Formats: sequence, C-alpha cells, structure tokens
Amino acid sequence: MAIAAEAKFHVLAVDDSVIDRKLIERLLRNSSYQVTTVDSGSKALEFLGLHDERDEIEVNMVITDYCMPGMTGYDLLKKIKETSPLKDIPVVIMSSENVPSRISRCLEEGAEEFFLKPMQLSDVERLAPHMMKGKPTEEPPPPAPVAGGAQHPQSSCSDSPAIAVATAHSHGSSGNKRKAASDGVPPESSLSPERTRPRFTVTA
Amino acid sequence: MERSRAFCEAAGVKKSLFDQGFLDEQFRQLEELQDDLSPNFVEEVVNSFFRDSARLMVSVEQTLENVPHNLTRLDELIYQLKGSCSSIGAVRVRNECSRFREYYSQRNAQGCLASFRRIKSEHAALRQKLEAYFQVASRRAGPIRSVGRSVGAHGLSPLAPPRLFIWQIFFY
Repeated sequence: MAIAAEAKFHVLAVDDSVIDRKLIERLLRNSSYQVTTVDSGSKALEFLGLHDERDEIEVNMVITDYCMPGMTGYDLLKKIKETSPLKDIPVVIMSSENVPSRISRCLEEGAEEFFLKPMQLSDVERLAPHMMKGKPTEEPPPPAPVAGGAQHPQSSCSDSPAIAVATAHSHGSSGNKRKAASDGVPPESSLSPERTRPRFTVTA
Repeated sequence: MERSRAFCEAAGVKKSLFDQGFLDEQFRQLEELQDDLSPNFVEEVVNSFFRDSARLMVSVEQTLENVPHNLTRLDELIYQLKGSCSSIGAVRVRNECSRFREYYSQRNAQGCLASFRRIKSEHAALRQKLEAYFQVASRRAGPIRSVGRSVGAHGLSPLAPPRLFIWQIFFY
C-alpha cells in the first residue's frame, strides 16, 4: 500500500476542524505520505505560493474540506485550477454532507475525487493514482492519464471504484513510480464492499 | 495479573460504550490508526474533541444569551459539532445534533433549545464514559491520565452564568 520510499509524496491537507486535521494527518502519514496541514484556504494558497516548482518543497496533492469559513474548499479548488504554477496539482474535496450538486460542481471544476467525511484508510488508498498527476519527473511524460478522470469524465471514470482502479492498473506502465503507485492500490481494498456511503470519482 | 485485569476491564468498558450506542465504528477506525509511533493517538483525538466541543458549546450558550436567538449562527455551530462527533464516532451526540438541525430547518426555536439541552446531556455522559475508559486503559501500560485536566484550561468563558455551564463540573 505504501508508495516507494524514495518517492515520498507531499500532501497539503486543508480543514478548519482541528479534529479532522489530526485525523487526515494520521491517515496520510500511516500511508507513508508527507503531510502539511493548514486550517484555511488562504493559508493553503500562502503555502502553495511559497513552495512552487522553483522551491525544494513540492506539493503533490491538495486535500481540502468543502465547508470552511471564508474561502470554501470549492473556492480554493477554483483558485488552484486558475493559477498557472498550481493548476496541475491534483485536488481532492472532502465533505460531511452528501449534496449531489456540490459534488458535481467540484468535479466539474477539476477535483479528482470527492470523499464523504470522515475519511477512511480505504479512501486514502484511492488517492495513490492521482498523486502522480501533479508530480514533475525526469521520466518521459505518461502516454495517457492514470485514472482518465480529467480527460474522459464520461467514459473511463465513473462512480464505480472498480473501473477507476482498473484504469489505474492499465496505465501503470511508464515508470517505476507509476507502477508502484498503481500496484499500491489493491482492487479489493478500493472496492470497500462494506462501505455503504457513495464514492465519486468524476461526475456521471 | 494486575495488567491483564485492567486489560479486561478496559475491554469491558469499551464494549459497553458500543453496546449502549455511545460510539460507532468510526471509533474503531481511530484505534486502527494508533500504533507504536502514535501510541496515544485515540486519546489525543478524544481530548481535542472535548476541548473543541466545549468551545463550540460555549459559543452556543453565548449566542443563546441574545434574544431573538440567532438560529443561523446556532446551526453553524451545531454543524461543526456534528462534524467533530462523526470524526470520533460519537454517535449519540451526533444524532442529537442532527435533530437540532431538523428543528432549525423548521425554524422551531423551542425544538432547537430542547435539542441543545439533550446535546449537552449526551456530551457530558460521553465525556464521563470516555474518561473512565481511558483511565482504565492507561492502567494497562502507564500512569493514570485524566481527560478533565487537559480540557480545563481551554476557552471557557469566565463570565457565563453558572446555570448554563453544567459541564464546568467536569472541566475544572
């Protein structure tokens, strides 16, 4: 499940709730990710602005709560997607409320996934395929997107976890890190059969 | 012998927390995240929860002091509390928060007030139970810690009318 040791992905987690920050930090660290937590969208942008590609610290994913005072997770997502050095960083949204229009809006704006809180270990496992998207590497660019979500929202990604995982596996050929990422997502754990709440990858 | 007895006692207390519906599966998820590198993770999160929830309930009480009641502000605060409850598996408090929000959606102020009284009551009961659990659990491996001591210093208004702050008994 853990990503290869030499490729420690850095996740920026944004949540105004101190409990949820503790939880997401533990979940991500348990999965061998490096984690920075902030309590607002504005602090997230500040952190991202300080650590862009020219700097040593890079952020491979932003995971943000939707409902926050001031700048919502949706506002943060929009800001990231419309800012040139940041727009390729994959963004994942979390929310405690299952509001279909909210989910659609986020996915249409470019969020990779939308999770219902509280996050589980099985949810963190689903982050792995997206983690490679924003990571600059010395290897040749991949022949096709890992989970296909950003480019083929209607066809290759659905709200079925099995399809997302299958896509990740099928594109896991262009480098050690990508293979490690896709190998690190065992289908049976991503299916989470005991999970009753819906999961969404891209708007259906 | 003493430690195995403490172990059984802790397991029994925990089982009753689940059987009586105070906690749900999410609490077990927290326990799964605890390991040798973070041996006190669950207790730390629970302590954070009670600090944070106490702060939220102080804000609710302060909002209630203004008449007419700002139900929207109350709902925002209870929404935050509900989220925190979900994160630690505090299902009875969370369910009462849901009832509060239903009363809010109906603009039923009396229903909101009654529901908030039940939230406080469930919150206090959970706190007592979890404090007992962690005291027994800590006997398995270390000195007794009290959830109450870690909560006492945080964010409670000294000016609040005594009749409203039932849970100060636990926090000081």
